[in-house]
Amino acid sequence: MIDIIEIKIPSEARFLKIIRAAVKHICETMGFIEEDVNNITLAVDEACSNIIKHAYCGPTDQPIHITCNLYDDRLEVLLRDFGKKVNIKNIKPRKLDDVRPGGLGVHLIKTVMDIVRYDNSFDQGNQLQLVKYLRK
Amino acid sequence: MELNLEKKEKCSILKIKGDVDLYSSPQVRKQILELVNSKNANLLIDLAEVTYMDSSGVATLVEALQLAYRNKGKLRLYNLGGAIRDVFELSKLDRVFEIYENEQRALEGI
Repeated sequence: MIDIIEIKIPSEARFLKIIRAAVKHICETMGFIEEDVNNITLAVDEACSNIIKHAYCGPTDQPIHITCNLYDDRLEVLLRDFGKKVNIKNIKPRKLDDVRPGGLGVHLIKTVMDIVRYDNSFDQGNQLQLVKYLRK
Repeated sequence: MELNLEKKEKCSILKIKGDVDLYSSPQVRKQILELVNSKNANLLIDLAEVTYMDSSGVATLVEALQLAYRNKGKLRLYNLGGAIRDVFELSKLDRVFEIYENEQRALEGI
């Protein structure tokens, strides 16, 4: 069984709070433990921040589509933007022994989610797939 | 997000309240960098009422820590809630910062 929840926000940082609240609520409803609720919320928030910073690079009126697919055993979040195509080869988590500001978002996403997949095969923009399985 | 600053004889204490994310971190960055941008400046940051912190918030603190270090000052964090501590641990930065249980401990040796 699958439930689908779709949220659309403009590419403006002040709306990230709405996404966090929605994702947190979805995760709690699905029965994720608190640690996973916080981690999934962080990952989706970081992914939206990356879209604002790297795909749209400034304009605050561009669309971000977030689709949450609620399966019995997992949550899948698809984040779609219509901005600059991201070169997947350039998406690398920062080396953690390199203590400097920035570059942490990708590391956090990859650390906390079970599946992280970038798709830039669209005519315009990118899609990021994030999946987290419920603990048995 | 709110910032409350208290000046003491040997240090400043900054209490941050609310979410520190891509939207609010520039304001936090401006305030914190000002506070550590002088010789021997000591800054203690109370994170008890921080409800959320993303990588931009963590990056701001890393930048401030490096500036404080260059200025031979100290930057200490205390009162980290579970979710905030998790972000530091996930970033492997819990070993880089001086993190204390409470204000009293953080003030020791300042």
